[in-house]
Amino acid sequence: MTTLPPWAERPSRAGAFLKGLVLTLIVASVLFPIYMVVLTSLSTQETVSQAGGLVTVPGELSFAAYEELFAGGVVTRSVLVSLGVTVVGTAISLGVTVLAAYGLSRPGSLLHRPLLFLVLLTFLFGPGLIPNYLLVSSLGLIDTYWSLILPGAVTAFNLVVMRAFFMNIPDEVTDSARIDGASEFRILRRIVLPMSKGVTAVIGLFYAVGYWNSFFNAVLYLNDNAKWPLQVVLRQYVLQGQSLIVGQTGSSTIAGQAPPPSLAIQMAIVVIALLPVLFVYPFVQRHFTKGVIIGAIKG
Amino acid sequence: MLRDHVKTGPAGDLTSPAGTGISQDVANGARRTSRSGRRPFGARLRRDWQLLLMALPAIGLLVVFHYVPLLGNVIAFQDYSPYVGIADSPWVGLDNFHWLLFDESFWDATLNTLTITAFQLVFYFPVPILLAILLDSVVRPRLRLFIQGIVYMPHFFSWVLVVTLFQQMFGGAGLLSQTLRDHGYQGVDLMTNPDTFLMLVTAETIWKDAGWGTIIFLAALAAINQNLYEAAAVDGASRWRRLWHITLPGLRPVVILLLILRLGEALNVGFEQFFLQRDAVGRDAAEVLDTFVYWRTLLTGEWSYGAAAGLVKGLVGLILILIANKVAHRFGEQGIYKRS
Repeated sequence: MTTLPPWAERPSRAGAFLKGLVLTLIVASVLFPIYMVVLTSLSTQETVSQAGGLVTVPGELSFAAYEELFAGGVVTRSVLVSLGVTVVGTAISLGVTVLAAYGLSRPGSLLHRPLLFLVLLTFLFGPGLIPNYLLVSSLGLIDTYWSLILPGAVTAFNLVVMRAFFMNIPDEVTDSARIDGASEFRILRRIVLPMSKGVTAVIGLFYAVGYWNSFFNAVLYLNDNAKWPLQVVLRQYVLQGQSLIVGQTGSSTIAGQAPPPSLAIQMAIVVIALLPVLFVYPFVQRHFTKGVIIGAIKG
Repeated sequence: MLRDHVKTGPAGDLTSPAGTGISQDVANGARRTSRSGRRPFGARLRRDWQLLLMALPAIGLLVVFHYVPLLGNVIAFQDYSPYVGIADSPWVGLDNFHWLLFDESFWDATLNTLTITAFQLVFYFPVPILLAILLDSVVRPRLRLFIQGIVYMPHFFSWVLVVTLFQQMFGGAGLLSQTLRDHGYQGVDLMTNPDTFLMLVTAETIWKDAGWGTIIFLAALAAINQNLYEAAAVDGASRWRRLWHITLPGLRPVVILLLILRLGEALNVGFEQFFLQRDAVGRDAAEVLDTFVYWRTLLTGEWSYGAAAGLVKGLVGLILILIANKVAHRFGEQGIYKRS
């Protein structure tokens, strides 16, 4: 059962109990809020009002909140926007990062040092909020979805992590293919990438989560609220409790006069924001422990 | 490392440990370069053009969205108006910086930023270390993996989500207030209280990132030679003495490095977290340098003034990170770039 080394004394009963208690509390502090939010989003109006707020004990369940949200309107649209930006953005980011990580993984190649330096220097300073905004606006990207993708499309950190991983692949593996006349693109696709599934999954997760969670870029660059991604909607209707616009609550009142969305609907929006992360995470998480990140951090 | 937290692009925002890899790479690069010898440019181009082509898109994006915008900082020396453009806006020299010097709200924001950094150094920084030691002591591998999986998770939630969850727990209509009222007490709203704001943001940071922060310490713990523990145990050292004399010294290099790097980032406390809560709590407690720049520029239209504040913050930040690295080298650590 236990894998304690032979020299270690067995933990005292009180110590083991205390440790178990602390660990349980820590795990609960992460899971309990999520449990309550999910439960509330699935509860009927009566159950929510009986609880006087978040529901902790399951009562009558219903999917009414989700049906209302996905009947079309602000939330449905924002989910589609977020999904689109996440999928397109991750594809671009991951593709560009993989290519560059491989392109820069051969020390001694032409321009290797200056290009690497260019990448690493971005760790030391960012251009700042205002200059960024000026650039995006002068490129005509304001109010386009590209403004949510291009400015942060390449993260030097992810590039360096990936490159470190590629560099650890021994030359012997790729040399024979090179002697047979395979192009670098072919080597990358046929030999290097299949060996790097873990690190690709992790970096892909980093990018995807970044896009899905991206909030401030949208506040900054999108004036048209019809284009809002989910995180901005979440802030507007849940954090700030503003009323959903016509068609969301069933009653067609003017925006601002309608009552704020019910708690179940608010929590359903939270769950929708949470769900993709909860879904994808377990598949990628096992790679964390395989030393992908650690290896990367240590270089 | 000194990535501006204002830039909230989809940064793979693994925190500080990021850098440690780089210096090694640069060193490797330098060492292996000599291998290629001095081949003529044409021959190297013929050999490496594919690699260059592969690096091009990423380099292009970094140049356009990272280096070109740096030029935009010139508006800090202008009286910039978006309708006139950079080319035709009048130059005002150091006027903007001069005003900044006497602007109380700028200094308030600076003070808030530094207070938050100091508070988090004391109350956030040790948490991942303690948590890592605790996790490391869980001997059953499957249980350990399960707990790790759970505590890493909040790192992947957005700040909007985290603040929303905290509001549902500790806000005026949240679970805490609700429970208090059910038992006949007054409800409390910790989300709008400036007096407890420091504790609130620290609690949020702990909830979101302390688990993820254990990764680097767990790696350091795994690297400690297990024979040391055995020898100490055989010599009769108790569990606590082994923790004190083996575990903690084993963690020391990582702790010192991260501490120094965090000090180098003293002006960066994270933007979104404060942006989201500034209105509810009020400027006095929640205005940090990054939010100051945002509100001063994009909301009141003082572009040049905001840019000046941003530039000052960027430059001071750069100096801090360079000092931090010097100190890290002094301690015999790698820092984020190689001593040349």
